[in-house]
Amino acid sequence: MRSAVIVFPGSNCDRDLATALELVTGRKPDMVWHRETELADGIDFIGVPGGFSYGDYLRSGAMAARSPIMRAVSSAAGRGVPVIGICNGFQVLTEAGLLPGALMRNAALKFVCREVPLRVENSQSLFTANYDAGEEVAFPVAHHDGNYQADETTLDRLEGDGRVAFRYLDEVNGSARRIAGILNDAGNVLGLMPHPERVVEPAHGRTDGRRLFEGLLERVAA
Amino acid sequence: MKARVFITLKNGVLDPQGKAIHHALEGLGFSGVNDVRAGKLIELDLADGTAASEIEDMCRKLLANTVIENFRIERLEDA
Repeated sequence: MRSAVIVFPGSNCDRDLATALELVTGRKPDMVWHRETELADGIDFIGVPGGFSYGDYLRSGAMAARSPIMRAVSSAAGRGVPVIGICNGFQVLTEAGLLPGALMRNAALKFVCREVPLRVENSQSLFTANYDAGEEVAFPVAHHDGNYQADETTLDRLEGDGRVAFRYLDEVNGSARRIAGILNDAGNVLGLMPHPERVVEPAHGRTDGRRLFEGLLERVAA
Repeated sequence: MKARVFITLKNGVLDPQGKAIHHALEGLGFSGVNDVRAGKLIELDLADGTAASEIEDMCRKLLANTVIENFRIERLEDA
């Protein structure tokens, strides 16, 4: 699997994501600077990492979503290339219109930085195929703007179409229906606030996130 | 010419910052505050004759996230 990790000024989980991808796929991802206008031919997975792109100016992810490389990311997503947005990457994907809704300031206004239990709601997606439906896992979160909001019609549609991939088991940030991660309509774009790339090695304390990347690798390579 | 863009959260969208400000005002003894909503003001210095439609376009494409925010444009022609 040939992957690319997009790097914005202020990204800070780009190396974590690259390390996890190299560990799982055996291949270093392309690190693609936000000013680039195209991705290399043959890229079959794109990661939009966490961090504080552009210092969260205007709105988290707003500036990054309009940077030159995002046109190439959108067009790849449109062709069916799997794209994952983690934390700030999730914010970027909603701002870019690749995922519905918005990530707002945490309801308690506090930065939340801890491991949180999650339920895998949909185990049929490209990203969650190596989990069981309803399985409980734990990934760390570290965010100030993780409060997922969308109108009721959109939320009902996400639920009805199995597009809620991960849900918090406890109250974390005020997200509507405790949504932690969602898929796009075609199922090839996943955005989530928790960090699977931070739980891929035994030294991390758990390896719950590793199966996300392994499952993706199996599906993409198949 | 100058223009001001006022960005506010849509009705019904929870505003935790507004809530915190509200509580702080109550803590200071201001008891008559029913609700507080926080927003943003963006001032634009524009080429003379910039069309209203272009400013609106700026709001839709970047300045406001219309999923959660409304915007209002105030043109200050001679400012």
